[in-house]
Amino acid sequence: MTTDISPAAPSPAPPPTAEARPGQEQSTLQQILSGSWLVSLLAIVLALLLGGVLIAVSNAAVIAAAANIGSAPGVFFSTLFSTVGEAYSALFRGAVFDWNARTTERAIRPLTESLVSGTPLILAGLGIALAFRSGLFNIGGQGQVILGATVAGFLGYALELPAGVHMLLAALGGLIGGAIWAGIAGVLKAKTGANEVIVTIMLNSIAGYLLGYLLKQNWFTHTSSANPQSRVIDESAEMFLLLPPPFRLHFGFIIAVLATIFVWWLLERSTIGFEFKAVGANPHAAKTAGISVSKVTILVMLIAGALAGLGGAAQVLGTEGKLTGGISGSIGFDAITVALLGRSKPLGTFFAGLLFGAFKAGGYLMQSQTGTPIDIVLVVQSVIVLLIAAPPLVRSIFRLPTPVLKRKES
Amino acid sequence: MTKVFGSFVANNHIDLVIEPGEIHALLGENGAGKSTMMNVLYGLYDADGGEILIDDKPVRFDGPGDAVAAGIGMVHQHFMLVPVFTVAESVALGYEPTKGPGLLDLAEARAKVREISSRFGFDIDPDALIEDLPVGAQQRVEIIKALSRDAEILILDEPTAVLTPQETDELISIMRQLKEQGTSIVFITHKLREVRAIADSITVIRRGKIVGEASPESTEADLASQMVGRAVSLTTEKEPASPGEATFRVQNLTVVDKSDNVVVDDVSFEVSRGEILAVAGVQGNGQTELAETIIGLTEPRLGSITLDGTELAGRSVKSRLGSGIGFVPEDRSTDGIIAEFAIRENMILDVYDRQPYAKGLNLKSNVITEAARTKVEEFDIRLGSVFDPISTLSGGNQQKVVLSRELGRKLQLFIASQPTRGLDVGSIEFVHKRIVAERDAGTPCIIVSTELDEVYGLADRIAVMYSGRIVGIVGPDTSREALGLMMAGVPADEALAATSGSAASGSGTPSTHENSAPTSAEENE
Repeated sequence: MTTDISPAAPSPAPPPTAEARPGQEQSTLQQILSGSWLVSLLAIVLALLLGGVLIAVSNAAVIAAAANIGSAPGVFFSTLFSTVGEAYSALFRGAVFDWNARTTERAIRPLTESLVSGTPLILAGLGIALAFRSGLFNIGGQGQVILGATVAGFLGYALELPAGVHMLLAALGGLIGGAIWAGIAGVLKAKTGANEVIVTIMLNSIAGYLLGYLLKQNWFTHTSSANPQSRVIDESAEMFLLLPPPFRLHFGFIIAVLATIFVWWLLERSTIGFEFKAVGANPHAAKTAGISVSKVTILVMLIAGALAGLGGAAQVLGTEGKLTGGISGSIGFDAITVALLGRSKPLGTFFAGLLFGAFKAGGYLMQSQTGTPIDIVLVVQSVIVLLIAAPPLVRSIFRLPTPVLKRKES
Repeated sequence: MTKVFGSFVANNHIDLVIEPGEIHALLGENGAGKSTMMNVLYGLYDADGGEILIDDKPVRFDGPGDAVAAGIGMVHQHFMLVPVFTVAESVALGYEPTKGPGLLDLAEARAKVREISSRFGFDIDPDALIEDLPVGAQQRVEIIKALSRDAEILILDEPTAVLTPQETDELISIMRQLKEQGTSIVFITHKLREVRAIADSITVIRRGKIVGEASPESTEADLASQMVGRAVSLTTEKEPASPGEATFRVQNLTVVDKSDNVVVDDVSFEVSRGEILAVAGVQGNGQTELAETIIGLTEPRLGSITLDGTELAGRSVKSRLGSGIGFVPEDRSTDGIIAEFAIRENMILDVYDRQPYAKGLNLKSNVITEAARTKVEEFDIRLGSVFDPISTLSGGNQQKVVLSRELGRKLQLFIASQPTRGLDVGSIEFVHKRIVAERDAGTPCIIVSTELDEVYGLADRIAVMYSGRIVGIVGPDTSREALGLMMAGVPADEALAATSGSAASGSGTPSTHENSAPTSAEENE
């Protein structure tokens, strides 16, 4: 392949380069990750606009007004804007600041609720992001969160230890549980070349059914109840609250902040991260430079799983207080979206996690106050992913120029 | 017949006229814009200005299909063939002849292959699989493919890069035949010798602009200076080698590939301190695998590799790099650099965890940046900032980054595969100087190259590989004809005997190389 790069002298428009040409899968990933912050922002805006359309369509008053649009267009538009406006204002009040609340406590509680919902998303999202940066599609966040929650929860009520120590030990157990679960996929990939996407997806199912099975065993649940859920964890194992009740913000959020800093250091300042990124960007060159690709694959998956496992631990030790079949919700899958929206950068993932936490927290108030189905939030989230996975679409909608250096020769 | 372009990104107001039945050479350094221009012509790119005229009629190509319909055929530098197709299927690909709805008429394609083969004396079986054909034959399939669509203008993009000297001669005679039958040929190259041998007219392109026409009678030095824009020395200045003790030994090395084919077959040689051993041969005769086995990317099936008395086989790439091997991989963009990484990061790609760049697990960002700036100075790398991605650099500057990394530490052995592939004349000169300097510092050097000019320019001894074996190790004063025969598998003594008579008569390759490389004391083996 001849590369047509003009000589070193500065040229007005660098012509396309046709350098690194890794696997198709890899280049798609690179493309998604190399999008700009602006594209992420615009994707959110577009998704909210589309969500607005759905809110309007699903609202009876708006439909009724639309029927009479010929005779009373003003009524239609005012109904439309007030409906969508009310829904989104409820979403905002549920997620950030409730100016209708009677007490200051209640007014700022939504923000802390968003942080609570965001904590496991940030932790699991960091795990996904780290794997993405290293060229691995870790789709197994869900399974790793479940394993983390299972081990942390079990240690939370099965051990008897002093407060603090108990919590840390349970959280450590969650970390190890997630690491082992992801490590299975890492070892299989490194030793046999098994595709990590397929292995992690399968491990998600196995983790779900494993938890389901354990919750029916009395030795595991420590209850005699037939309900598929465990005993409540000991107080000594709870992640302590950062603010007095009624706030639910707990120590898990601190872990999420520390994890964000750790992942930033790992990727930007450490030799290990240098290896991770090198393998992610060009495994051939990494191998030629003496980096062991299989060692990196295993290590990346261990750390990614550890982060997701911590997310599960935070969920059970900080928020839920007991193990149930639905302990993980859709955290593991939302985390993929969070990592994509955050461009797999630690800080980006942190804020994307907070945004999704806010959507989750605000969605409940939106549904209860305006009757707007909470599924709208899911649609908005999904549209964000869709747009982020297709940066050219967003660019063409907003007529943004194609980044020059990213242009590839066909 | 006129074709006109203007203000394409990489081509600045280029006007080019191709006469019917002429061989028009387009000469320029890599990155000068030759291929870009031809890709516009072939409909792969849109021109941003200007127009293409065929027989004074403006034409517009929305894709290669339009260009083919207009009588333009192109043979790419890297063949666009499907390995598991037969020759007839490959020729049919893209304009599949049909009989009835959806039925492929391969008989017609076969007939066409036979007809064109016989017209030019090609020996091509229409039912042979592409992957079974040697590279030279694959190239002929590409030419047949272009001709089968009645191409009146044939574009050959760096056609000789993959051929032996003998195959190159054959290609040149094919080009002459085509010309006699009225086909115009645009011949893109940066090899001066070939241009002088075949071209009717020469256009020299530099930095996207036409800098002049040249006649085939110009000397190579004139053409080179026109291409680069300054006087360049085509030969590498170097003192005679003063080899020290042989510190690097390869003994009975046998390597097999994934499907158990022997790719390196019982190879033994040694390299001394302060000596350059060039491994010559046509691409795909085991040189790549030999280099990769030495650095540890492939493990040998049999044999030993020792450096300073220590066995390397079985050790990891990292530990071999650590024992003082510098390695410049053959495929720079795949194995040598990480395109998305900053220049400064690419400069520490294989030393990132060593002093002074790292302390414990921490990378020392300031040290890395400072070291990068020093190397930029030392190797004269033209760049904006060391924080820019390396993909913003030209191929020559990227290669300088790789060299600055591999030569920037104390070495016990230096291996470079195709160190100047894709580089312009100016960069080649620089790279060769650095390699000779490394030799003079006492490092044993192994240079794997398919370019005979490079082999002659650098080598103190030349090992020729054919089909995984070392056919012979000869001195740098061996004639081009003899090396060519050895590259086709003829044993060294026979090759030398066969060419000792003909060399005097001056037949064979078009021009003898004015080689300033001094003869070493090595005996021809």
